Parts: sequence; structure tokens; C-alpha cells
Amino acid sequence: MNIEIITPDKKIYAGDIRSVRVPGRKGSFQVLKDHAPIISTLEAGPVIIADEQGGEVRFDISGGVIEVKKNRIILLADAVIQS
Amino acid sequence: MANLKAIRVRLSSVKSTRQITSAMKMVAAAKLRKAQDAIVQLRPYADKLNEIQAGLSAALRDTEIENIYAERKNSRGKVLVVAVTSNKGLCGAFNANVIRDVRRLMTEKYSSQMRDGDLSFMTVGKKGNDALKRLKCHIVEDHSDLYSHLNFENVTALADRLTQLYLSKEYDTIELVYNQFRNAAIQRLTEETYLPVSAAAEVEKGTIQADYIYEPDQVAIVGELIPKTLRIQLYRALLDSFAAEHGARMTAMHQATDNATDLIRDLTLQYNKARQAAITNQLLEVVSGAEALNG
Repeated sequence: MNIEIITPDKKIYAGDIRSVRVPGRKGSFQVLKDHAPIISTLEAGPVIIADEQGGEVRFDISGGVIEVKKNRIILLADAVIQS
Repeated sequence: MANLKAIRVRLSSVKSTRQITSAMKMVAAAKLRKAQDAIVQLRPYADKLNEIQAGLSAALRDTEIENIYAERKNSRGKVLVVAVTSNKGLCGAFNANVIRDVRRLMTEKYSSQMRDGDLSFMTVGKKGNDALKRLKCHIVEDHSDLYSHLNFENVTALADRLTQLYLSKEYDTIELVYNQFRNAAIQRLTEETYLPVSAAAEVEKGTIQADYIYEPDQVAIVGELIPKTLRIQLYRALLDSFAAEHGARMTAMHQATDNATDLIRDLTLQYNKARQAAITNQLLEVVSGAEALNG
């Protein structure tokens, strides 16, 4: 499963991951492999990625949009507060 | 024959001018590279955002949604023109083009607003601000300091300010005038309507739409995406203008350096001719002096 996290200023993260937890408008949710296609707006909050090596990467975003389609995740973040 | 000293002084001044222009050219080239990178970085974000929005708008075309960003009926027609120029000069016709276009808007498209005092300006860039002040235009705000830290955060603040001016019915139309970056040598002057938001661009139905789950729901997402796209639109315009400025300056300085080189060649030739003539004269004097003594 592949993810790209993009802000208007630069690409923050790209790579293969196991899962990602994002702060959805209707509550935080996790995307695992073979998740159904979804488009959701995001609130300010943490994005937590579990990468292939079992490590954890965390970003705090100030809002954005996520699109999941066929194990391809694109996360458009307004701004990443700290990484 | 011009005197030797005058030519020598001129030559050295042209040489130092050339040094300055070629240094400026190099600086502009480096800055252009950076500005271009910023545009390239923005592109995937902007494209994806547009794609999502276009897909959603197509799906929502038939359902009437109240769109506060769309054109208002019975508006009084107050217009705000945002003129994007540079803070510094020496970049060819870059700023002059924007000013010319703004004047054209004043006399043609918005001449009635101009007469009624319904045409206001906002400037980004000192050069545009100075020029419009000279034209005695009504400038509401100046955001020239934006260039010192041109990042998304600062542009967002300006975009939100513009949106708020529109939504509070302060203005009914907001236009952007800026130079679009084509390549280092070519800038294209662009006039675009920032607000109201024009009807969503046509997309082929069914190309983008997979069976998505929408959270919270389609209308809410579109409502949230429009301000985002507005920010991106402004950010893109400013980045474009920024890159175009450096492109224009690089080209102008390149030209100036070439001209200086030509001038130096001519002056050197002139100098050598003058020097030779002076030597010939002196020889003639010596020889004729000796002749006279022998006489």
C-alpha cells in the first residue's frame, strides 16, 4: 500500500506502508490494505503511519483531504506543523 | 579624434557596469531555479485537488447547491483589482506590462466603475504600488512584504482576506492581474477573475468517479474544497509571477551584458585608433622638427 503526503510547499512523505491513521472530519479512522475507496476531509490532528519495517512515523497536520483508491493513498495536507 | 583619457574613463565605467549586470544575471538565474522548483512542488497538490473537486462537482451538477462563492445577482458591481508586480526593477517590461493592463481595465472594461469610484486596487509588489499611486488610484491595501517570505501560509492569509472581502459584499468582483511564467524568456500577462468562482470546468463524466465513500458528504467536501482551491489559485499566481520576474530580470540582464560587451569592443577599437593617431602625430612632430634643424 502506497502513500503520498503532499503540502503546497513540498512533498512530505512517500512510500509503502502498512497502515495510516488520519483525523477525519467525522472522527479519526485507520486505513489498512484493501480499504474501500474513500474521499474525506481532515481536521487538524495527528497522521500516524505504520511503515513496512514496523516503525511509526507521525505528522501533525492542520487539515486537508485524503483520497484512497486501490491501495493508493493521497493525502493533501494544508500544512504540516511538525514532523 | 576623441581624447584618449575620455575614452579610457568611459571604457572602465562600461566594464564595471558589465560586471554588475552579469552578476545580476547570475543571481536572477539562481533565484529563478528556486522559484521554478516551488511551482513544480505545488503542481501535484494543485492537480490532485482540482481532480477531486472536478469529480465532485460533476457528480453534484444536477443537485442545486447554494454556492456562496458563485456570481451574485443584482450586485452593485464594485470591483477590486489585485495587481501583482515585483518589488525591484531592472526586469525589462515585466512591471510595465502589468501597469499597462491595469490602465486598460480602467479605461475599457471597468470605465463606468472607475467613474463612479467603484474600482479599487490591491497591490502586491512595490513597483505596482508606486505606479498606481502616481495614477491616483484608490489603493486599499498593499501586500508587497509578501515577497520576503513567499510561502503558502502567508499567501493563505491574503487569500482568506480576499475571500472575506467578497463574502462580506465589500466587492462583487475580484480580478487578478499578473505575469504567468512560460519560460525564462517569455512571460504571459494574465487577467483572471478570482471571485466569483466560475462554473466548474467540464470533465468527462465517469472518468474520475469510482464508487467512493464520502466523508462527511459530497456537498460538505465541495464546500470545504472551494476555499482551498482559491488559496491554491492565488499561491500559484504569486509563484508564477515570482518566477516570471526572475526570468524577466535574467533576460534583461543578459541583454544588458551583451550590449555592454558590444560597447566595450567599439570603445576599445576607438581607443586604439586614437592612441595610434596620437603616436603618428608625435612621430611627425619629431621628424619635422629634426628636418627643420637640418634645413
